[in-house]
Amino acid sequence: MKASYFLAASGLVAAPSMAAGIDLSIEIPRLQVAEYHKPYVAVWIEDDGRKAVANLDVWYDTDMRGGEGEKWLSDMRLWWRRAGRSLDMPVDGVSGPTQGPGTHEVSYTEGRRPLGDLKPGKYTLVVEAAREVGGRETVSIPFQWPPQRAQTLSGEGDSELRAIKLTLKP
Amino acid sequence: MTFKRKLLSLAAALPAAALLTAAPADAHRRWLLPSATVLSGDSELVTVDAAASNGLFLFEHRPLGLDSLTIVGPDGQPVEPKVIGSGDYRSVFDLPLTQQGTYRIALANDGVMGFYMLNGERQRWRGSRAEIETAIPAEATEVRISENAGRTETFVTLGAPSDDALQPTQRGLEMIPVTHPNDLVTGEPAQMRFLHNGQPAANMEVEFVKGGTRYRDTPGVQTLTTDADGMVELLVEEPGYYYVEAGTQSDAADDPQIDSRRASYTAVLEFLPL
Repeated sequence: MKASYFLAASGLVAAPSMAAGIDLSIEIPRLQVAEYHKPYVAVWIEDDGRKAVANLDVWYDTDMRGGEGEKWLSDMRLWWRRAGRSLDMPVDGVSGPTQGPGTHEVSYTEGRRPLGDLKPGKYTLVVEAAREVGGRETVSIPFQWPPQRAQTLSGEGDSELRAIKLTLKP
Repeated sequence: MTFKRKLLSLAAALPAAALLTAAPADAHRRWLLPSATVLSGDSELVTVDAAASNGLFLFEHRPLGLDSLTIVGPDGQPVEPKVIGSGDYRSVFDLPLTQQGTYRIALANDGVMGFYMLNGERQRWRGSRAEIETAIPAEATEVRISENAGRTETFVTLGAPSDDALQPTQRGLEMIPVTHPNDLVTGEPAQMRFLHNGQPAANMEVEFVKGGTRYRDTPGVQTLTTDADGMVELLVEEPGYYYVEAGTQSDAADDPQIDSRRASYTAVLEFLPL
């Protein structure tokens, strides 16, 4: 969910209360397949040593009985290895239900979970999707933090993901 | 009566490493193949096939007996499998995973084998060390007794990999993973260390064979040699289940009861793509 606040009277777009952060839009393609299940999706940030420094989102079958939906978390192989396997699921503010085809927008604020504080440096945002009886795909977008100015970077998947847009807000 | 008919022993004077020679290749590969090696969730289950075959991983020769099946859980304690049974070509068991961490699944055999001549006929006997004196008739000639330690194993992990189940037993030939056996991926070197009775198995050949032999024309055997510390490093480009095999044979100059020692090790490791 993206929340934008405009201070109409003053015409100020960026109020002092608008902290730095990241807006992300993730497009999940509509697929013509006989059996479709919404994909599991993980979003995280790695530093330049490939260490996961922030787990931003994990969309999976959170509502299945007895945590059964966790069975397929390891299908997101890269996320599982870099971050997932050492987390105790579900994680508050990170775990969420699966999303269907369409463009999904999420925002993260610096200093607040799950983004927290990033030290100045080079990072990569990674989005990984894995679908039951389907495929797996990752899209990586390198970026520099903190941004000098508002900036939108993009990546593109071609099977399980489509357009990924990363907006950095100073 | 002495059962020791030793070839007198140049060998005793040689350093131990030089005595480790490759054991004659066993006719068939022995393997435990788990349904998955990297799993997530609060609890899970893997099912494991146990078979001996030439082709990997094909059910084509005989099942492996499960009498010596030993499973060590993440806390270092034994875990009970649910044995389904044995068919003509394979044995099957299920393993419930209820603790987070790494499980070591092994068939470990430890025994002695005797060959001798009796009334002009060649005899073979298999048993334990304690039985040697009584099992082999006094009038037997050309007695040769070897001690055999065999280990066939695989590893599975629920959640994050752990090390408690991977501690060396100090018996026979074993692999002590340096790179965790359930953290193996293509494009990253996997390091493993081999021990023989707890000591580095130096200068020993180790074979690696990718599964799927039916679908290629070449045997696809990659042979590496351990260094002085028993280490090898394998870089895998293609993901899949890999079969690992090593063996040693040495004279037992220090042991009056036996003539030679053999140790064999086989394992199945899964390399995942990233």
